[in-house]
Amino acid sequence: MERRKFIKSGVLTSFASLIGGEVVFGRNLLSGYTPLALQDSDPFKLFQKDKDMVVLNDKPWNMEAQAHLLRDKVTPNKYMFVRNNGLIPENINESEWSLTIDGESVENMKTYTLQDLKTKFKTYTYQLTLECGGNGRSEFNPPAKGNQWTIGAVHCANWTGVRLKDVLLDAGVKDDAVYIGYHSADVHLSKDPKKEPISRGIPISKAMENEVLLAFEMNGESIPLVHGYPLRMVVGGWPASTSGKWLQRISIRNKVHDGAKMGGMSYRVPCKSVAPGEKVAEEDMCIIESMPVKSIITHPKTGAILKEKSLNIEGHAWAGDLEVENMEISIDFGATWKSVPVTKPINKLSWQHFNSKIKFPKAGYYEIWAKATDSNGISQPMVLPGWNPKGYLNNACHRIAIKIEV
Amino acid sequence: MRSLFSKIFGLFLFVTILIVVIYAIPVNNDKQKTDTIQTQLEEVKDGVHLPTGLKAEANYKLVVANCTGCHSAKLVTQNRMSKNQWKATIKWMQETQNLWDLGASEDKIISYLVTNYPYVETGRRANLTTIDWYELEE
Repeated sequence: MERRKFIKSGVLTSFASLIGGEVVFGRNLLSGYTPLALQDSDPFKLFQKDKDMVVLNDKPWNMEAQAHLLRDKVTPNKYMFVRNNGLIPENINESEWSLTIDGESVENMKTYTLQDLKTKFKTYTYQLTLECGGNGRSEFNPPAKGNQWTIGAVHCANWTGVRLKDVLLDAGVKDDAVYIGYHSADVHLSKDPKKEPISRGIPISKAMENEVLLAFEMNGESIPLVHGYPLRMVVGGWPASTSGKWLQRISIRNKVHDGAKMGGMSYRVPCKSVAPGEKVAEEDMCIIESMPVKSIITHPKTGAILKEKSLNIEGHAWAGDLEVENMEISIDFGATWKSVPVTKPINKLSWQHFNSKIKFPKAGYYEIWAKATDSNGISQPMVLPGWNPKGYLNNACHRIAIKIEV
Repeated sequence: MRSLFSKIFGLFLFVTILIVVIYAIPVNNDKQKTDTIQTQLEEVKDGVHLPTGLKAEANYKLVVANCTGCHSAKLVTQNRMSKNQWKATIKWMQETQNLWDLGASEDKIISYLVTNYPYVETGRRANLTTIDWYELEE
């Protein structure tokens, strides 16, 4: 963050006084003389991301993985997508950070320091699948507004923290509680301090699930700044926007939470299905809850040319609140499907893994298609699912291109 | 010994930088710097406005001026919307995101967007394209 501050202040300060103040950066100035106002801060260094991650937006920061980068069973930070609605908070002081529980339906409004949370409540670690509601948006037709995510806005890291329900119950939940809504420290793009970039939430029933965490660690370390340091609500299986970052306050509501991006077209889809491109009134939109069944082929990277007629493939599958029960692969555009083994999730709301050896009859161009089926018997569609104005919930089968040259 | 060396080296570097900078910047350096930044902010190459990546076609400066204060131009250039969708998006930004009244610029901005970032029909599922072919060693 220091670097960003430097760039901002640099516009207003003359070179000479900068050199006087910051000899360290003076060296950078000599190599090229790029005016500071035009320098992009390097998001890969800033957020410690792999250079093959794809930047969709730099204000606010939005960045996604490619399918082949997601090969790890537990996603490391460098391959985790970034989705921000506002500006990342600066100058966070972990020792002064606190979480307040308030709202119409709280028995006793309470404030906990991070240390309180860590010492008063039992700590749990779960591997949780977080997928952006708009993952796959780029394929919708007519196109949908927003960041044009392809396939890489999903990750499944280990999160460590306390159960949200333990903290809610400690403060006390009134009988009329319906929803909880989070409030965070990020800054609205317009810099208007009265506006929240995003303040979403979940029904009280989901909030009471064991796996919903107030996390202070990710993959065994402090949560990286861009992923919500020092405290994040983590809600597996639901649109990742419900997992509020830089968490400062949770309101227990006696109605559906009405924070920023809970209404309008945001994170909502038509209650009744509509034709592609149809105009939908706001009152006919319903909030997205569990994400749909989906899978990705993470190995090989698309575009592989093979010198033999067989190939080992790998991937992950997930199903929102449910489990994946069956995984199928096709190399003939869905004319035939072959079931492949899929592992059980390591815990509820974690993704599952598949791998298989695929045989090809002869040389040529192939596409490998992957299709998962959830525990309710619902499968991924091969074509785009129901069109919706904001392009959410595209769980169409993932496919990769292969050439056999023998 | 090492730290003494690095101190001397650091001082040497500092003085060198100072000399170079002082010589590189004319007396009227604030004015000069403003002009340089101004020039670079307007730099166009191969029809693209370099600082934002917007196509440097008619009225693009209205987009730079009105849209990129709050959000990146990347949010504009990755979208393909119809006139009505852009209109609705502007209305949404005015109602919820503190965007100001665009006045006569609104139609010009929308016209720039639909002309330069037109929507392409892709059907219910497009072919896989832009595949980067490589030989896989198993």
